[in-house]
Amino acid sequence: MSNKDIEYTTVSEVAGPLMIVDGIKDVAYNEIVKIKTSFGEERTGQVLEAFTNKVIVQVFEGTKGLDTEKTSARFIGETMKLGISKDMLGRVFDGTGNPIDDAPPIIPEDRRDINGNPINPYAREYPRKFIQTGISTIDGLNTLVRGQKLPLFSGSGLPHNNLAAQIARQAKVIGKKEKFAVVFCAMGITSEEANLFIKDFENTGALERTTMFLNLADDPTIERIILPRMALTCAEYLAFDLDMQVLVILTDLTNYAEALREIAAAREEVPGRRGYPGYMYTDLATIYERAGRIKGKKGSITQIPLLTMPDDDITHPIPDLTGYITEGQIVLERGLHKKGIYPPIAVLPCLSRLMDRGIGKDRTREDHAGVSNQLYAAYAEGCDLRDLVAIVGEDALSERDRKFLKFADEFEKRFVAQGDHEDRSIEQTLTIGWELFSSLPTSELKKIDEKYIKKYLPKVEKIRS
Amino acid sequence: MSKKILKGKIVRISGPVIEANSMRGAKMYDVVRVGDENLIGEIIRLNEDVVTIQVYEDTNGLKPGEKVVSTDMPLSVELGPGLLTNIYDGIQRPLPTIYDETGDFIERGVETNAIDRKKKWHFKPTIKAGDKVKGCDILGEVQETSIILHKIMVPPDIEGTLLSIEKEGKFTVEDDIAIIKTDQGNLKLQMLQKWPVRKARPVKEKYDPSIPLITGQRVIDTFFPVAKGGTAAIPGGFGTGKTVMLHQLAKWSDAQVVIYVGCGERGNEMTDVLKEFPELKDPKTGESLMNRTVLIANTSNMPVAARDASVYTGITIAEYYRDMGFDVALMADSTSRLAEAMREISGRLEEMPGEEGYPAYLASRLAEFYERAGRVKLLGSKDKEGSVSVMGAVSPPGGDFSEPVAQNTLRIVKVFWALDSDLADRRHFPSINWLKSYSLYLDEISSWWNKDVGENWLQLRNKAMALLQKESELQEIVKLVGPDALPPKERALLESARMIREDFLQQSAFHDIDTYCPEKKQYEMLRIMSKFSDLIQNAVEKNVHMDDIISIKSRESIARMGTVPNKDFEKRFEKVENDLENEIESLIREVK
Ligand SMILES: Nc1ncnc2c1ncn2[C@@H]1O[C@H](COP(=O)(O)OP(=O)(O)O)[C@@H](O)[C@H]1O
Ligand SMILES: [Mg+2]
Repeated sequence: MSNKDIEYTTVSEVAGPLMIVDGIKDVAYNEIVKIKTSFGEERTGQVLEAFTNKVIVQVFEGTKGLDTEKTSARFIGETMKLGISKDMLGRVFDGTGNPIDDAPPIIPEDRRDINGNPINPYAREYPRKFIQTGISTIDGLNTLVRGQKLPLFSGSGLPHNNLAAQIARQAKVIGKKEKFAVVFCAMGITSEEANLFIKDFENTGALERTTMFLNLADDPTIERIILPRMALTCAEYLAFDLDMQVLVILTDLTNYAEALREIAAAREEVPGRRGYPGYMYTDLATIYERAGRIKGKKGSITQIPLLTMPDDDITHPIPDLTGYITEGQIVLERGLHKKGIYPPIAVLPCLSRLMDRGIGKDRTREDHAGVSNQLYAAYAEGCDLRDLVAIVGEDALSERDRKFLKFADEFEKRFVAQGDHEDRSIEQTLTIGWELFSSLPTSELKKIDEKYIKKYLPKVEKIRS
Repeated sequence: MSKKILKGKIVRISGPVIEANSMRGAKMYDVVRVGDENLIGEIIRLNEDVVTIQVYEDTNGLKPGEKVVSTDMPLSVELGPGLLTNIYDGIQRPLPTIYDETGDFIERGVETNAIDRKKKWHFKPTIKAGDKVKGCDILGEVQETSIILHKIMVPPDIEGTLLSIEKEGKFTVEDDIAIIKTDQGNLKLQMLQKWPVRKARPVKEKYDPSIPLITGQRVIDTFFPVAKGGTAAIPGGFGTGKTVMLHQLAKWSDAQVVIYVGCGERGNEMTDVLKEFPELKDPKTGESLMNRTVLIANTSNMPVAARDASVYTGITIAEYYRDMGFDVALMADSTSRLAEAMREISGRLEEMPGEEGYPAYLASRLAEFYERAGRVKLLGSKDKEGSVSVMGAVSPPGGDFSEPVAQNTLRIVKVFWALDSDLADRRHFPSINWLKSYSLYLDEISSWWNKDVGENWLQLRNKAMALLQKESELQEIVKLVGPDALPPKERALLESARMIREDFLQQSAFHDIDTYCPEKKQYEMLRIMSKFSDLIQNAVEKNVHMDDIISIKSRESIARMGTVPNKDFEKRFEKVENDLENEIESLIREVK
């Protein structure tokens, strides 16, 4: 008799999200376990540690109600798999991959291990294709490209959901009509937050091109460990089997990390920083590194993970480890939000690591890099002067410095701030940049090539005068 | 004598760490094959007949009861022609071969040689039968790439008389090319050799480094230089520029061979190197940079147990090319991932954790790694030199350098490039903080600069440094009273310091020209800026107004010196210098 048919009732210990089953044999590491409680409820678990005759199992739906007498476990002989099909578009799944909309179950074309395999660096194609989000601080200063992983670092109560929805709504590659899809993966967010996205997808007609994996705030926490892996398995299928341009929105990674910590604590592991497991970097990498492009394939996976920084602290392990893996970050700031600026993107700590090769002539515009560097330098200088003025007053500043001070304010008002349905083209974004430069002495525009200054500055100056 | 093959059974699996029994007799650090798929692992603990193994491949789906077989060999790398231009995983499997076998995604259980067995190389002997030979003596040569003449050497631990050697011709790496008579009998040698990665290749003697490794990066070469055979660490929070800097060093350093190890970092960064290096030309030889490069990639999503193997594989290959007499540079991005992997494995072994959960042996492991750098007198009958320079990134949590990996590294290395997120935020790149960084090679290499580049190099550099130091003191005052309250001399000093910061220290890695700045150009730039400082000090003393100084035209042309083409910068700089002198002179005249 194979293990698949045996119902072991030898649960010896239950602790936190974990359960130990004794007297078993032939069970693999990471194998999936079907659990039946004494009152007949089915649950799913996964082997975290395998010994010759016992296993430690993490139970996705939690261990409440399990006992060491009647609870039974059946080992299904394989690791976690997701049935995939193109019919997954337009559908909604729960934390264990079962459909929760009213439509019939899907008939899988293939079943794939949700852990996936690492993309061979030799097989990767370097992402360079500019995605226009219509948001100036992103397009102009922290350009997103296809196949990038670019997270939003936010704080509780900031409008990160609106911003993510706006990106999903406006994102496009100029000049091309291609098959696109959205994979939306919600980990522990409220149904209200999830609805914001769903409504937006509905309004723009993107819903039928969207696959949703939902684990909401009141759903079992441990499921959050497998949810992004299922979502990305689906995304890989859409991108690399079906040639689609896939945008994956993962929200909220902070809830994911909490679930990871819960398991580590239950296993009494030596904790790393602030109680998070020492392997959290590697674990997060196995999620984020699933973004990208592959040589010879049309499709791509672009990831926008959202996370809320506990206490707005960017050095907290969750944003910190994320930033070490992702290709940049967009940082939202409470100060700007309070000033009424939407999107409240704190430009200075933002970064897009793939920008340099995604912009310029034939991609965005020849002056793009210079404009971006100059905006950064001038804004940073203006911000310094703000701090100075707070102490010594504006009178102590030179004429030059006053211009930079004013520049910083104008930059926030005109470049950073925009409507949540305002979709700016890259030309519009760069033009705003040049308009802002026209208030500075030309000799201070050292970051821009002289020939672009000659070409672009007079245009905006003409309009001004 | 044939040995009994040691074979045991898996009894426990916990992520990348497994235990197997019936393994009495197995040796520490021997390589084993694990499970039905023959995954590769390494023994890291012995306890009675139970061994603990770290597995270099994903253990998903592995079962207790499956077999474990010892290979009775320590983890070793293959050495020989064919290493250059290749990209390997952490245990030296070529990624292109894995790609051919398993496609876009890396699957496990791939068995492949590091070096192509079929390819024939044109071998040319350089010694003759009857010659006495010692370890690392050169038997012959192979043109491995257009720029690297690969030396085929006697393995380090062998000594004897050459009985015979093949004539010039084409051979595979496994063909016998020579026979040596040793005390243990006759030994056939091939071009292919193996060496255990955890054992440093022996040398006669270590020298003090005295020649700079020229990198074309101003803030490094002029301010915080590293020597050939030296060690440097580049710690910084995420996004501060570690990777871009290591890429810059890999591209432009005047080493002859470059080993780049991507340890626990992004896949796209390796792809970037793979794409870009073949198209870039070495400024000294004009040849494609890829022809001198070996890449090793154990990216963050690849098995964590192979992190330290990747670094050891890299340094062993580096030593091998050093033994041929080359100057080799190795970059490791990032050593923190190596330390974290050690922490993870150590946790699974339930070892007593040290500081922040890292094992107590963290410091000694890091030291062992950096100790393999050096400028050395090579083994062999002739006294030859070679060097391995090592530059490692450190990724401190929260960008806070007080953590164990950064601290332990700084105790070992001689150069510290402190990256600063404030500078990175304002796009001051490279964001190396000039007040916190240091180089302990300055004095040793200054004579090289003075002799080869320009007189009084060290004084010039120290004067600029003093200017920056003074600037930071003055800025404290400015914060309280505003810039207007400073006397003109100090305001002039602030302007000069600003010029050094913005126009010398900053250097864009992405600008076609500025990405690489030859040493002579660096020297001239700094000399002109230093002159600017002297001239305007003199001018304000003669009552020239600061506002007039700020608006001189030369200030802008000085700012653009970095982007003046490297070919004819001398003429252009001469004009900049003349204009500067004239402008200041006429300002002084106007006052009178
Ligand atoms: N020397 C440089 N010149 C221009 N830009 C740079 C330079 N160094 C870093 N950058 C910018 O900073 C970004 C982050 O650098 P990176 O080396 O990836 O950081 P880290 O490895 O420290 O996380 C790069 O994508 C690039 O935009
Ligand atoms: Mg990096």
